[in-house]
Amino acid sequence: MSPTTTASAPGPDVPGALHRVPTGAAWWFRDTWAEAGRHLIATKRNPDLLVFATIQPIMFVVLFVYVFGGAITVPGYSSYQQFVVPGIFAQTIVFGSAFTSIGIAEDMQKGFIDRLRSLPMYPAAVLVGRTVSDLVRNTFTFIIMLVVGLIVGFRLEGGVVDAVLATLLLLAFSFAFSWIQALIGLSAKSVEAANSAGFIWMFPMTFVSSAFVDPSTMPGWLQPIAEHNPFTVVTDAVRALYNGRDPGADLWISIAWAAGITVVFALLSFRRFSRTSR
Amino acid sequence: MSTDLPAVVADGLRKRFGGTEALRGVSFEIPRATVLGVLGPNGAGKTTAVRILTTLLRPDSGRALIDGIDVVEHPRLARARIGLTGQYAAVDERLTGFENLLLVGRLFHMRRRAAATRARELLDRFSLDEAADRVVKGYSGGMRRRLDIAMSLIARPSVLFLDEPTTGLDPRSRLEMWDVIDGLVADGTTLLLTTQYLDEAERLADDIVVIDHGNVIARGTEEELKAASGGARVEVTLADASGLHLVSGLLVGIAAGDATESIDADTRTVTIPVTVTDHVVPTVVRALDAAGIDVTDVALRQPTLDDVFLELTGHTTEQPADDDGSAPTRGARR
Repeated sequence: MSPTTTASAPGPDVPGALHRVPTGAAWWFRDTWAEAGRHLIATKRNPDLLVFATIQPIMFVVLFVYVFGGAITVPGYSSYQQFVVPGIFAQTIVFGSAFTSIGIAEDMQKGFIDRLRSLPMYPAAVLVGRTVSDLVRNTFTFIIMLVVGLIVGFRLEGGVVDAVLATLLLLAFSFAFSWIQALIGLSAKSVEAANSAGFIWMFPMTFVSSAFVDPSTMPGWLQPIAEHNPFTVVTDAVRALYNGRDPGADLWISIAWAAGITVVFALLSFRRFSRTSR
Repeated sequence: MSTDLPAVVADGLRKRFGGTEALRGVSFEIPRATVLGVLGPNGAGKTTAVRILTTLLRPDSGRALIDGIDVVEHPRLARARIGLTGQYAAVDERLTGFENLLLVGRLFHMRRRAAATRARELLDRFSLDEAADRVVKGYSGGMRRRLDIAMSLIARPSVLFLDEPTTGLDPRSRLEMWDVIDGLVADGTTLLLTTQYLDEAERLADDIVVIDHGNVIARGTEEELKAASGGARVEVTLADASGLHLVSGLLVGIAAGDATESIDADTRTVTIPVTVTDHVVPTVVRALDAAGIDVTDVALRQPTLDDVFLELTGHTTEQPADDDGSAPTRGARR
């Protein structure tokens, strides 16, 4: 239980004060876990947040499957469910990341971030703790969505291994988007601003994609945008895996997107965090 | 242990935000186990100074030391020695009071059991024991502030920073907070307290630094600052202006020395500084009575920090002269 390394203070000892500032990977994990735990306790205490987060996507599943499902047939798929449910999974997972920006903006506004920044913890643990706890939350949301999908007739036609792979890919994207949202939350001037800035761009991103319809049915000028949208790439990869097809290059391209977004936006967020002052 | 090392040193701190110079070379020291009151109106630079000392902001120039540790060079070491309670209660309202304390204890890398013991002890001390396991969302403003201070104290910091600890509190919570701070002082905590309230600085601080427009414009004990503003005065208000000069003659005789009276004909008031305040009011009343002068009021006026502030800055603490950082043209600036 003793710290791996203890940096010694250059000043003389003062009785009564705690001076240890442990360093090392183990303590980095502890700080991160303490911060993630803060949010997980809160989520456990207010499960209604989790429920509300799933109402909209459940509505989407029901509306798309039962309202449009009769009218829309997608060539190559046994039912519209098999096509649209993976798309709604992807949309849900991305929308769930908006909690990150709202949560960080709230912590900033209430001065809690300042409190954390004045503690001898690893500063990065504040942001990693937040994104990790949001990943756990989004995993729960995903499980609820999967159950709803199975109820409306969606089937894991690709078998368990492909389904697990698809799920991991979705969660990796959820984590990546949380980092975009972290930067938004750190940059927003208020919780309300973080809320709209966090949500607004996700509508065009998720709709101008292959999530709900085949992009080839879109106007010509929109097609290239839809096809190169990273959200289309991950939706196609996930859809292929759930339907037991070969995702081809989409799998590697979407993994690269997830990793790239995570690295770039995590670095930008850390930099922003270290400069944040209000 | 070298106890003569100051707990806090601010040395020529400067900070500029865009076109505004928030701090223009602020220096002060806080000896161990004393309370420094940093007094100034809104926008004077108090919070900027606190944010620099607590590692939240980097100074453009100057040095800030906590127990001899440079906060810019060794921020994590400095953070291990400080507690910060900002202007807004920085508590997580989704957690219970106990969970908030435990979290901060863990982030100070205390052992879990030690943090839990200390948390219960602080909850007890700040009369939060009954609310300990309730979610903070239901706490009153005063309870949140007390929890906030408890969180700052969990790892027994060497220096505690309280940035406007009573701003926005109702009078009763404010008095409660004063009691809490008195308790900390009795324990020998080194404390930096910022406030816009003169009575608060008078009541709680050993030494006072007055900041205005990013400059330290005065420093000293409460008594030193009051003496600088001219000391105590006797004020006599007459029923009718015709007796003003007679009264001023009487008062000069009583005050003795080279005291110069001032006469305000509009308010029919004569004011004179006095060096001895014992029995001065009865003496004045008796003299006026003997002369058959009809007075409406005789008062011994002790200077408040408000007078000091007015003397130094040309404006009171309630109304900052201007917010754009330009210097006021009158007032005794150094």
